[in-house]
Parts: sequence; C-alpha cells; structure tokens
Amino acid sequence: MAAASTRRVLPGFGLSLGFTLTYLSLIVLIPLSAVFFKTASLSWDAFVQAVAAPRVLASYRLSFGAALLAAAINTVFGLLLAWSLVRYSFPGKRLVDALVDLPFALPTAVAGIALTALYAKNGWIGQYLEPLGIKVAFTPLGVLVALVFIGLPFVVRTVQPVLEDLDTEIEEAAACLGANRWQTVSRVVLPSLAPALATGFALAFARAVGEYGSVIFIAGNLPMVSEITPLIIITKLEQYDYAGATAVAAVMLVISFLLLLLINGLQHWTERRTAKVA
Amino acid sequence: MASISTSLSETPRGSARFERKAATRDPVWVKGLILFLSLGFFLIFILMPLIAVFAEAFRKGWMTYRDALVEPDALAAIKLTLIAAGISVPLNLIFGIAAAWAITKFEFRGKQFLITFIDLPFSVSPVIAGLVFVLVFGAQGWLGPWLSAHDIKIIFAVPGIVLATIFVTFPFVAREVIPLMQSQGRDEEEAALVLGATGWQMFRKVTLPNIKWALLYGVILCNARAMGEFGAVSVVSGHIRGQTNTMPLHVEILYNEYQFAAAFAVASLLALLALATLAIKTYVEFKASQQHRQGEAR
Repeated sequence: MAAASTRRVLPGFGLSLGFTLTYLSLIVLIPLSAVFFKTASLSWDAFVQAVAAPRVLASYRLSFGAALLAAAINTVFGLLLAWSLVRYSFPGKRLVDALVDLPFALPTAVAGIALTALYAKNGWIGQYLEPLGIKVAFTPLGVLVALVFIGLPFVVRTVQPVLEDLDTEIEEAAACLGANRWQTVSRVVLPSLAPALATGFALAFARAVGEYGSVIFIAGNLPMVSEITPLIIITKLEQYDYAGATAVAAVMLVISFLLLLLINGLQHWTERRTAKVA
Repeated sequence: MASISTSLSETPRGSARFERKAATRDPVWVKGLILFLSLGFFLIFILMPLIAVFAEAFRKGWMTYRDALVEPDALAAIKLTLIAAGISVPLNLIFGIAAAWAITKFEFRGKQFLITFIDLPFSVSPVIAGLVFVLVFGAQGWLGPWLSAHDIKIIFAVPGIVLATIFVTFPFVAREVIPLMQSQGRDEEEAALVLGATGWQMFRKVTLPNIKWALLYGVILCNARAMGEFGAVSVVSGHIRGQTNTMPLHVEILYNEYQFAAAFAVASLLALLALATLAIKTYVEFKASQQHRQGEAR
C-alpha cells in the first residue's frame, strides 16, 4: 500500500486490464445478463407460474435436498480421506492421492454412465443392493450417488492443505496439558479445520446444485420424483418455452450468486484462521 | 519415506511427522477404522466407476471396441472435440495471463469484484452456461434476426459449441496463475526493467519461467474440462450426428440407443484423457513444489 508511487512502473496495465474486461464482458457478463433481461420481460404472474409450478418445486426439493445431503456425506468422508492422506502412510497412498481428483477430470457424462452401470439391477454394486430392496439407479438415491461422486474432491482438496500446515506442537501442548487423544482432536484439531470444512461443504454443494451430466443418466428423470432443476430448464428449452426456461435459470443463478458470496466469505475466514495459527 | 528431505527442513515431511510422536499418533484401531472407512469410500465412489468404464468398453471384445472408435460419427465427434478444445484453451490461456498480470502487478479499484467475476462460470450450472448463448444468438435471441439475415449459424452449430466451451473453462488458467503471481510480487520484473529489459523481454525471461508450472497446470485442467463438457454443449449443440456432436454427446446418443459397448468405448477414451490429465497434474505439482522449495532455499 505504501508503494503507491511505484505502482505503474511495470508496463502493460492498460492492455492487460482492457483485454481482461472486454473478454470477461463478452464471454461471461453480457451473456449472463441476458438471463435477467429475458426474465424481466415476463409478467409477474407468468414468472411465478414458471418458477413455482408443482413440478418445478419438486425439482428444487430434489436438487437442493440431494445436493445438501451429498455435501454433508462428502464433508464426513472427505475429512476422513484427507486425514488418511496427511496423517497415515499406507501402500498405494500416492495413487489414491492422485485419483481423488478423478471427478474433476472425468467428463460428467462418462461418470454418469459408469455409475449407472454399477448401480443397475445387474451391476457390480446394484446386484447386492437389489435383494436388500434398495434401488439406486433410476431413483432419487441415484441422484445422491452421482452428486457424492462429483463433490468429493472439493472437500478433500480444501481440508488437506490446512491439515498439512497444522503445527504438531499445538497437539503436543494439548497432550501435555492432559487432554486425551479424542479431546485433542475434537477441541483443538477440528475447530481449526472448521473453516476449511465449511468451504469444502459449500463448494461441493454449489457444484452439486447445478450438476447435470452425471445425474441425468442415473436419475431416471421421472417428473415429480427424480427430475433435477437443470433438467427442467432443458425440457422447457426443448419445448421452445424460452421464457420459462430462463425464469427457472434466473432463480438458480441468484442462488448460485449467493453461494459464491458465501464461499468467498468462508475462504476469507479460512485464510484469516490459518494466518492466525501460523 | 521420511528420510528424503532432511536437508531442507528439520521436521520429517509427510505422515511420518505425525506418526512418530505419541501426541499426534492415533491409536491403532482408530487408524485402522479411519483407513477402512476412507479407502472403502474411495474404492466404491472413485475406483469402481473408473474400472467399470473399461470393463464395459471391452465387454463385447476388442473388435467391437475398435469399430466403435473408427466409425465416421465417432471420428467426427473426436475431431469436433479437438477443435473446441483447440480454440478455447489458447484463448483462456491468453486471458488467464492478461488477467493475472493486471490483477497482481497493479493496484486498482474493484479488483476484488473482478476476481469474483472471473470465478463466476464455476458457480453457474452448465445448463445455464449453454442457455445464455441461446438467449443471445438463438433464433429468438438478441442477435438472432440479424444472424439469420446474414445466414450465420451459431446456435446448433460449431461456433456455439466453442463459445459454450470457452464459458465453462473460463476461470481455469486465471485462478491457477493469480495466487502464484500474487505471492511472487513484482520485484523481479522491476529489477529486469531497471537493468534495461524491454517489456516483452521481461515477460518472456522473468515472468514466464516463474509461472510456467502453474500455467501448465491450468492448461491441462482447462483442456480436460473443455474436452469433457457435457451440459453446456448439449444445450447449444442440436445433436446433429457427425456434425455438432462432441465426444461426450456422442456417448450420450450411443447410450440412449442401447449401444452400451460402443458408448463405453468412446467413454473409455475420455477416461484415458482424465487419467493422463491426473498423471500430468501430479507431475506438475511435484515440479512446482520443487521450484518453490528451491526458491525458498535461495
């Protein structure tokens, strides 16, 4: 901040910022604004009819409910996985560490058909669940499975670095002061992981809410039962109901913006928290 | 494992740091339970889907597999996927460098907003990413009448697919490079200028070597997403066989026609791409941490 006098020593400010703003506006901001302009052209009644029809409401319940549940599952198992990767040595650890990111790298359509093959009636996993009366493929449970798959790396990759940077000394101090291992972990380690866990949860949730490719293959897509909100948008588009599709998209966009703000806030919290510990 | 890096830091690196000391060591049964749960979860949710892709692809034998890949529609899909990635990745690379340069080397108002806006495409559903281009370029969109008067097709054609791909892969390079350049500051570039380098020389000889691993990292992630994007591309593609189908869309069509072996054959190519991406990514992470440690030792 004190370096204000030197701030334009380096060349290229106008060029790089100008290019950045132009490209950002053309590719992202102007196209996105079209959603709101198109929605604004609807009358209030038409808007409510589009975004609050029973079938659409059922899709919100499924999309947001399954995304919340999947993010919660990922927070628990993501923490365990990050803990294993940071704290323990076991054979194949580096392979596991590298493959955790598979859901980032694997195209969602591929994930979708692979999960469907696994959980179908005669699939590797489905054949054992079927006798128990558990149907996964083509039910809301299938949606949950797909969302757990795509959300896992978010939690692992936000928790892992924080866990790695954690000083062993605070745990030793806790142990010296008479805390048992469980007390140390629950009162000392977990609180310092809380911001990272919350960030990972929010990232996994935000991704899961908008997810399309991996879900539609396994969901079965029954209206009112296993139809996610992004599919509602597609269906409306295929029926040339552009205004209706856009109205639902606007609702989802507003929620995404709010989530983005929340995530930014959480990340600030994580940084402050980590800075304090260090 | 622990003896590798004693010269660089006194404490052992990796898990040994925790497993050696009584205070940070978990009881054996706890360790066993956590490993069982986390690796079991990993096996079911990550490893099995991956193996399933290849098992299903080869279920009907090598010949079916090969036929599915050399069939003209499949080749057209592969070509279109390469085109879409070939255009969107370089554009987003240039954007990423420009944005990182402006954001990390200069002070200006609204910078935080700019960073948030750059991340925006990550939090937008892919379906909406496709929809926005239909609203701008579609028949009923803002530019629709003008485009049809001039006989230009964007939606349900290749340009729309490229645009949607650029949108969904927009932040990848920028968000890898920005934090790195932020931590590096601007001293080295300023020194180069003082020593008489031109702007271009400074960029090529000082900035680029410093950020090359982060750039490569961003590019491979960007590329993986560009080649694998499904939702956004599906909205703008129109699904014309042999013309506007990318590989993921081709997988969908085959799958919906119950040609499962063929669908998984094409999917297995994409899975190989994902594995290659992860392999390069792991290598780049290793290289970047090496560079980082050298930088600290200097």
